[in-house]
Amino acid sequence: MTETFFPNRMERPSAVAFLGYAFAIVIILWSFAGAGFSVEKVISSPPRFADFIDRAFPPNLEPKVLARLGWKMVETLQIALAGAVIGVIVSIPIALLAARGLIAAPWVNQTVRTALGFIRAVPDIAWALVFVVAVGLGPFAGMLAIAVDTVGFCGRFFADDMEAVEKGPAESLTATGARGLDVVACATIPAASPAFISTSLFALEKAVRSSTILGLVGAGGIGIELKVGFDLFDYPTAMSVILMIAVVVIGIEHMSGWARTKIIGEQR
Amino acid sequence: MYAPCTPTLVSLSSTTSSVTDLLNKTRFAQAQPAQAGAQFAPVLPVDIRAEGLAKSFGGHQIFSDVSFGMSRGEAVAIVGSNGTGKSTLLRCLMGLIPADAGHVTMLGTDIGAASPSDMRKLRSQIGLVSQKHNLVPRLSVLSNVVHGLLGQNPGVRHWTQSFAPAASREAAMAALQKVGLVHLAQRRADRLSGGQSQRVAIARALVGKPKVLFADEPTASLDPAAGDDVMALFFSLAREEGVTVVFISHDMSHALSYGDRVLGLAGGRLQMDARASSLTEHELRDLYD
Repeated sequence: MTETFFPNRMERPSAVAFLGYAFAIVIILWSFAGAGFSVEKVISSPPRFADFIDRAFPPNLEPKVLARLGWKMVETLQIALAGAVIGVIVSIPIALLAARGLIAAPWVNQTVRTALGFIRAVPDIAWALVFVVAVGLGPFAGMLAIAVDTVGFCGRFFADDMEAVEKGPAESLTATGARGLDVVACATIPAASPAFISTSLFALEKAVRSSTILGLVGAGGIGIELKVGFDLFDYPTAMSVILMIAVVVIGIEHMSGWARTKIIGEQR
Repeated sequence: MYAPCTPTLVSLSSTTSSVTDLLNKTRFAQAQPAQAGAQFAPVLPVDIRAEGLAKSFGGHQIFSDVSFGMSRGEAVAIVGSNGTGKSTLLRCLMGLIPADAGHVTMLGTDIGAASPSDMRKLRSQIGLVSQKHNLVPRLSVLSNVVHGLLGQNPGVRHWTQSFAPAASREAAMAALQKVGLVHLAQRRADRLSGGQSQRVAIARALVGKPKVLFADEPTASLDPAAGDDVMALFFSLAREEGVTVVFISHDMSHALSYGDRVLGLAGGRLQMDARASSLTEHELRDLYD
């Protein structure tokens, strides 16, 4: 009978890998400590949470309140949709400059990518604060914040999508003397369009989630109702706001997923 | 000026035991002046001249010292095993990638010295059919064919057939007529079969009435019957237009029946430059050993 070689079930990590794992664990524990993680507080919180639930339920379903919250939610969706649409449109030319090997020189690609990284690094709520200062309180500041946030998100992913498309169609057009911009418009962008649509729908979902809290800093939308509800200890109304946000965000995510499947699923 | 079809070709009737022997015997005298073969064939303008081409990737030499010329209206097959640099050579000829050494002159333009604008002008006179047809999947067949005119007519109006001038749409439809696909003009390119896709790619390559056509294994992704159909169509149209054709093929019968000449790459060198009529499939296969 011939001897059969069985590989070990587990590979022994190298010394460097072992040190890496140990370092990662230390960093995670250090982060827990920095975040004030307390088992005592975790144990003592359920009664307080139950107290909040007790005071928040039933949510405030008065028609007058629901009508007011409903209109605020509509405004929230308007902020999200308008900001996302502007952001997606602006992202396309910016992504063309950020994508390597398309129309711009490498130093332009790098500069634009760095700028997009900066935009993403600043949270949407911070952009909202900036625009409240710049254009005043109200939904316009929120829309601008969403638009900028969307540019940071879509600009980077559109560029990655265009870099990833198959180069064959572009090469065929280049070989017949087409200009760089024509090649991008006729081969690269159509090939990347399913990914663009998918990214744009994710951007819309993200915009809807973001727009629900921009009101906390006076940038319009339903967030202001949430803040007022908690500030005035009107927990039933605050709970109505939370539930309304949850329903709308989940609904938008489902619609987005359906649209994504319908549009991109058609491609073979 | 070259006369590539008038080689100093040694007879193949002697021994064929050694491949190297055979290849040496079929090798053309590179860059022979026209007068050397003037007694055999009329001197035609040279569309493509390559001299001393070399290319390497990451320190790995793909080929070196590759020289040949191609006359107007000639059909030249490039053969060789995988990895011998056939597609790379094609791309060097078109200026899509730069050669490490050597020169390419196409239709009177030195590719290495041409400005981007000159290159676009030159490329507007050439067409390319690739192995994977390279159509833009989500666009209509007609839009894909209209794109073949972008070199001659840059700008937004040729981005899609919807905006294209009437003359361009007519030219595109005429090209589709030639490949027998007028009835599919409005169909999305990703709804076509492999053979249909390659026919559309041929229409796109021919719509601008190119002087030189390149084809990189145009039948590689097709079944034998569809491959034969596509090659027959491709060459009937190319001959009709008097176009110079450079094509890569692993199909020996295609190389011999459609090529006037066969260039064989092996071992990083151009090992064969011979008239197709002087070769047999068996002899060509030896190049792959």
